[in-house]
Amino acid sequence: MNHQALKDRCAIVGAGHTAYTRGTDRSTLDLHLEAALRALDDAGLCPADVDAVMPSASAGRCAEDFIRNLGLRDLAFSSTVHMGGASTVASIQSACLAISAGLASCVLVPAGRRGYSGERVSTGQNVKEAIMSDVAEFEAPYGNLAAAQWFAQAAQRHMFEYGTTSEQLGHIAVTMREHANLNPGALMYGKPMTLADHQSSRMITTPFRLFDCSLESDGAGALVVTSAERARDLPQPPVQVSGIGEAHGYPPTSLTHKPDMAVVRSLQLAGAKAFAMAGVTTGDLDCLMIHEGFTWYVIAGLEALGVVKPGEGGPFAAEGHIRLGGTLPVNPSGGALSEGHVSGMNHLIEAVRQIRGQVPAARQVPGCATVAVATEGNFFDASVVVLRGEAA
Amino acid sequence: MTGRPLPVPTPLTEGFWAAAREHRLVVQRCDDCGRLRHYPQERCPECTSPAWDWSPVSGRGVVYTYTRSHKPFHPAWADAAPYVVATVELDEGVRMVSDLPPEDTDRVQIGSRVEVFFDDQPGTEVTLPRFRLA
Repeated sequence: MNHQALKDRCAIVGAGHTAYTRGTDRSTLDLHLEAALRALDDAGLCPADVDAVMPSASAGRCAEDFIRNLGLRDLAFSSTVHMGGASTVASIQSACLAISAGLASCVLVPAGRRGYSGERVSTGQNVKEAIMSDVAEFEAPYGNLAAAQWFAQAAQRHMFEYGTTSEQLGHIAVTMREHANLNPGALMYGKPMTLADHQSSRMITTPFRLFDCSLESDGAGALVVTSAERARDLPQPPVQVSGIGEAHGYPPTSLTHKPDMAVVRSLQLAGAKAFAMAGVTTGDLDCLMIHEGFTWYVIAGLEALGVVKPGEGGPFAAEGHIRLGGTLPVNPSGGALSEGHVSGMNHLIEAVRQIRGQVPAARQVPGCATVAVATEGNFFDASVVVLRGEAA
Repeated sequence: MTGRPLPVPTPLTEGFWAAAREHRLVVQRCDDCGRLRHYPQERCPECTSPAWDWSPVSGRGVVYTYTRSHKPFHPAWADAAPYVVATVELDEGVRMVSDLPPEDTDRVQIGSRVEVFFDDQPGTEVTLPRFRLA
């Protein structure tokens, strides 16, 4: 395999999103359509320019939703990735493949759902992918029903092996909240949190307290991907896809069947592919986005990507290295814990805007040129993209 | 009290649940390479053989990890919370998930020894193999 095949071939030229809310009377599709139109507007393009779409399985979407509502008369390519929360970055990879192969020229990538009002995870209303059938038959009868319980067991194992503590998880929650308080669009803007608040929040499922869990929110975002060449003629500063990779968890049947639940091996693999393609190391990153369903996943991500060694993620976060101004800021918009849970799309949009230099000064990473976005989905599926400004 | 969400066996998994009704714990064993596997699947992941049979296992193992759920994620556990969901690694190497009985809720640790017991679900044909501290 030619690991360089996609390097800098494509670029993200448009990004847009709806408001992130807890409560909406709109359909999930309508949120996707608003996000898509905002992303196209941001790119200086219109629906007639779109010839490919990557619908989100987690949101129950199909190409026809977009074909008919956006009047796409000449759609040439569509594919849907079934990797849960890792689908968004993996969809960008498929978009880049289609563009690089000449099958498409302008790809729309929408994501997000009504995680509060509709497809809610904690009440089991979320869309069930085919891979969930084993858990439904062999784990749900025993009360292992929610993502919080699956990831809590991974975190518990991590604590057992490395001595990771609830306070360290709390520092991650507090950092994400600090960042959200610099982001007026974040759901938790204006709601500061202290470590004591975290430690006294109610226990959901050990070791996860309420503030270890990402938000259940409504909202959608979208990106527009074109060739890097075409991107130079469009209004926004191009954000190049310099490296990208996906990897699937093994065995795929359940989180509980991973030989080592404390290590996200697929994220190690996906990260290694993306970094190798881009020709960067974690030391080259100005900023890191981790789509964190739970606080623990930030630790797992830092370790799997090689920012720190296994077991060092908790202390690294507690020492402030992931705060804005720290060694490697993580999720400056507040992430899924405090901005909103948009299937990782909000992390991608923040990465694009950080590289463009378009976020408010209070949370702008100075000279931000190289950003990695790492996402997790289903049972440790993973995908990672390295984005760079053209000058980087 | 609302019942648990119950398994809906498929042709592939029916033998596991049929054995459980007889209070026996079985997993798939590859006829060709002998590898044990669970949850049931068509082929052996080691040698891709389609030939397999049900093989009895000891029902003894250790808690690989667990979580104590204070929020009941289903009405069946509304009066039982906090309850423990444990990932059990059998001595034969395969993993199974089980909630533990109430008396084990505050005693469980990673590495605790566990043993199987069979929980007939009232008013149904279903028996759930479950685990408790040994």
